[in-house]
Amino acid sequence: MKVSEVTAPMAGKIIDVKVEVGDTVSEDDELLILEAMKMEMPIVAPTSGKVKEIRCGKGDSVGADDVLVVIE
Amino acid sequence: MLDMALTTGVMHVTVGNVAMWLIGLFFIYLAIRKNYEPLLLIPIGFGILIVNLPLTFLMEQGRGLLWRFYHYGLEWEIIPPLIFLGLGAMTDFGPMIANPKTLILGAGAQFGVYVAFFGALILGFNVREACSIGIIGGADGPTTIYTTVRLSPHLLGATAIAAYSYMSLVPIIQPPIMRFLTTEKERKIVMKQLRPVSKREKILFPLVTVMVICLIVPASAPLMAMFMLGNLFKECGGVRRLSDAAANELMNIVTILLGISVGATMSAEHFLKLQVICVFVMGIVAFAFSTAAGILLAKFMNLFSTEKINPLIGSAGVSAVPMAARVSQAMGSEADPKNFLLMHAMGPNVAGVIGTVVAAGVFIALAG
Repeated sequence: MKVSEVTAPMAGKIIDVKVEVGDTVSEDDELLILEAMKMEMPIVAPTSGKVKEIRCGKGDSVGADDVLVVIE
Repeated sequence: MLDMALTTGVMHVTVGNVAMWLIGLFFIYLAIRKNYEPLLLIPIGFGILIVNLPLTFLMEQGRGLLWRFYHYGLEWEIIPPLIFLGLGAMTDFGPMIANPKTLILGAGAQFGVYVAFFGALILGFNVREACSIGIIGGADGPTTIYTTVRLSPHLLGATAIAAYSYMSLVPIIQPPIMRFLTTEKERKIVMKQLRPVSKREKILFPLVTVMVICLIVPASAPLMAMFMLGNLFKECGGVRRLSDAAANELMNIVTILLGISVGATMSAEHFLKLQVICVFVMGIVAFAFSTAAGILLAKFMNLFSTEKINPLIGSAGVSAVPMAARVSQAMGSEADPKNFLLMHAMGPNVAGVIGTVVAAGVFIALAG
């Protein structure tokens, strides 16, 4: 089974997590909301699949390239 | 009885005063209700209101309180450089260092400055006035104020208000131009993540930049030197107290003095003129041309580059930080939700600040 890792496009703060482990998502569905430079940006699913892992929580600070969600 | 009445301001109110009260209150309304640049528009609006209350003599030369703020803060060129010290302490040049090509975009987006300069000359403004009007296109408030005080102080209220108004309207002014000048395919160009920038590079950047730019354009030194000193405070890591003071307390104090001093220059007799409308018109022309030039330059660079630039980041070369970069991000993610342009757009955005200071330095050197 193909696993896809969703990484942070830039450093910022996770202000919302919109999915839970086990959820089925389609491509471009919103997974998280990342805030950087006072701008809220949705992080979307790069592919359809099932959320296998969520490696961050609401309020967490993340760095660029950190793995946030794993989809299989 | 009449003599007593004449000692109050009420008997001296003019139609012009009332018009200026309404303008001042309108700015305060925009700041509070619409959140348009509230840190500046509230003190500016308040300054307009009180300076147009007759017999207060707040701007009387040598005596008035606001005249002192204006004279020692702006005419003595103290406040804008201190604002730049704070800006430097808040600016991360990392995205620009990681992708130095964005420096070209920041420089290219100064095109509107020169368009507005020539436009203002055609409209009958003299060279010094045209320089102050042109610099609005750089979308940098303190630089606009600094240039205007040096070259044509009588236009200060108009140019400052135009610069700050248009900066707050960046999310409205830029998107139609960006959409018009780019194709769907171009807006979808995904740029690869920027490389990490080392601490050493970040420390060397302000030192090298201040030396190079001040050697080439010495007239930009007051703003550039303070900008880079603030950035050195931030990046060296050893003077956190100074960096925090510059970015917070000092910045807030000088912002109050700047806002109220600018507002205080806007008395009815100075502001209610056809000339002021022309300043506003040329200001938006400058903004539009700067936006367009940044985008077109990015497209031009793509002709010769294997690593494509999303042209949407070109418009961030107008230095309204970080609003213009946010607009690039919003437009990019609208075309492709997986596209993140924010940090890429910060490169031309901070480069635009440097570009505007250099343009101001050139104007001051030539016309000052």
